[in-house]
Amino acid sequence: MIRRTHPALSVWAWLVYAFLYLPIIVLVVFSFNDSRFGATWAGFTTKWYGVLFARADVREALTNTLTVAVVSTLISTVLGTLVGLGLWRYTLRFRTALTGLLVLPIVIPDVVMGVSLLMFYAFVRSGLERLGWTFDNGFWTVLLAHVTFQISYVALTVRSRLAGYGPELEEAARDLGATGLRSFTHVVLPLALPGVLAGALLAFTLSLDDFVVTYFTSGSGFSTLPVLIYTNVKRGVTPDINALSALLVLVTVVAIVAANALLRPRRQP
Amino acid sequence: MDVFKSFRSPSGGETRVLDDIDLDIRRGEFFSLLGPSGCGKTTLLRILAGFEQPDAGQVIIGGQDMTGVPPHLRNVNTVFQSYALFPHLSVQDNVAFGLKMKGVPAAQARTRVMQALERVRIADFASRRPDQLSGGQRQRVALARAIVNEPQVLLLDEPLSALDLKLRKELQVELANLQESLGMTFVFVTHDQEEALVMSDRIAVMNRGRVEQLGRAEELYERPRTAFVANFLGSSNLIEGTVLSVDGKGATVQTVHGPLRTTHGEGLRPGQNVTLSVRPEKLRMERDDETEGNEIRATVDDIVYTGAENQYLLRAGGQQLVVFQLNADIGADEDFDYEEQVALYLPPDNLVVLEEA
Ligand SMILES: Nc1ncnc2c1ncn2[C@@H]1O[C@H](COP(=O)(O)OP(=O)(O)O)[C@@H](O)[C@H]1O
Ligand SMILES: [Mg+2]
Repeated sequence: MIRRTHPALSVWAWLVYAFLYLPIIVLVVFSFNDSRFGATWAGFTTKWYGVLFARADVREALTNTLTVAVVSTLISTVLGTLVGLGLWRYTLRFRTALTGLLVLPIVIPDVVMGVSLLMFYAFVRSGLERLGWTFDNGFWTVLLAHVTFQISYVALTVRSRLAGYGPELEEAARDLGATGLRSFTHVVLPLALPGVLAGALLAFTLSLDDFVVTYFTSGSGFSTLPVLIYTNVKRGVTPDINALSALLVLVTVVAIVAANALLRPRRQP
Repeated sequence: MDVFKSFRSPSGGETRVLDDIDLDIRRGEFFSLLGPSGCGKTTLLRILAGFEQPDAGQVIIGGQDMTGVPPHLRNVNTVFQSYALFPHLSVQDNVAFGLKMKGVPAAQARTRVMQALERVRIADFASRRPDQLSGGQRQRVALARAIVNEPQVLLLDEPLSALDLKLRKELQVELANLQESLGMTFVFVTHDQEEALVMSDRIAVMNRGRVEQLGRAEELYERPRTAFVANFLGSSNLIEGTVLSVDGKGATVQTVHGPLRTTHGEGLRPGQNVTLSVRPEKLRMERDDETEGNEIRATVDDIVYTGAENQYLLRAGGQQLVVFQLNADIGADEDFDYEEQVALYLPPDNLVVLEEA
């Protein structure tokens, strides 16, 4: 039996989706608008994408963004996977509390995270200055900040990917003559791998898109694409910035779709 | 093997899970560990496999002391209760896993894998994944994955408990045949007494971390030593009493039903309190008015018709006794009625004297 939806309900659903996606669609459409200033359509062009990549500040921000995203993803994937495996494998005394602590960086407001990291860096700096060392906010501080929130996502995806499997799989491997290391590389890792990759993709997009935490921890000399967009838009919306935003949306959507495909549950027994 | 094992309980105390287990399992036999859930069967098996270490005692396999040797260095394989097949590997890769870990050349491994799959009649599914198999098929794969390694001992932890009755009966027979044709030592864990009786050469009945009795199926059934064994394997009528006299042919025991003769008088002393055990199907109901030797008066309380046999619940001397009678002839005069007075004959051969618990 097919239940028909009430017409009012489907209208409402369309409205909600329009509300969610119309701004993004407008943004993407106007990135192809052949007009320097804003809101009227003057024909199709791709020239703003060219303009964009001609700008030195954009190229530098792109390099920064990708470097931070790639390096932070690598670090957080390794660390997060270890945390996720640990939570799966061991019956730790404070398991629930530990899992809760992992969720915290996800639910905590970005602003709070940004401010707290800023203060933390200031604190560390003043400590190091007493020893005669110092550092500026920039690549390293942003990188570390990203890693802190990425770890949680990776750990939780890995943990949930393994949720259905018990420790008896490892025992079965050991029983069949595998050393501890080989039972890890031949059984645990292949099982966790889709979760690891999905977690990495998630971490990558989070780093790519992050504005608030980056803004607080980047200092003056270091800019990423979201921060660049923000500082540019303060002076008015321009089509090349539309183009840049559209590209960010595209990369994010691709990564999220890929992550979901990896996490799609296999046909269960 | 002579093993103690305790687990620290969450509250901090220690629970003794295995208590002075001393078993000698023979090469090539089908050996069962039978006991109720929680009696320590799995723990004992895990100690044999090397997943747990005993707190005290030794595990000797094939004459070698294996205590403390990690699982991957033991020539022992396990069929897990949950099968524990590797979900990311095909059936044949699952079965090949052990050979691969031991570095058996690929070509040789391939033949052995196919042989093992054919042995358990699952070769047609070699390239499937475990999640595309039914419970019974997975069971077969788990079996193939273990036997392909030709272990000295194969450990099986309630391998059939997740299957439905019919399939279970089929696999019981197959498993017993497989064991015989391989000549491999099987240590089989089950909580199902019938399963153990059907399949095993010898059975160790376990209760609360101890072995209550060890022996062949027939020995355990006909000569249970404790009340636990008498009731865990089939059912029994237990009658308490005091030994009146002991002679060369047995003993006389004073019970609520009067004096009863048993032929099992070894080691008894007059005045000793004992429990007699007799199987329901060994009792004979008669319509005689007068009671002769080893007969007691009883009243039919309830009759349960189970198809092949009638189960009578009798009342005698303030005690309830159970009698099974084969349902050989419909409407024959061996059928008794509710509230009917009967004479119940307790054959002296079948009155077994239990050890005091
Ligand atoms: N890892 C463990 N930690 C603490 N107690 C355990 C552990 N494993 C088993 N037990 C306890 O030991 C007892 C025996 O368990 P087990 O060997 O699994 O019994 P069986 O297989 O006969 O059902 C149970 O009371 C169980 O709760
Ligand atoms: Mg068990």
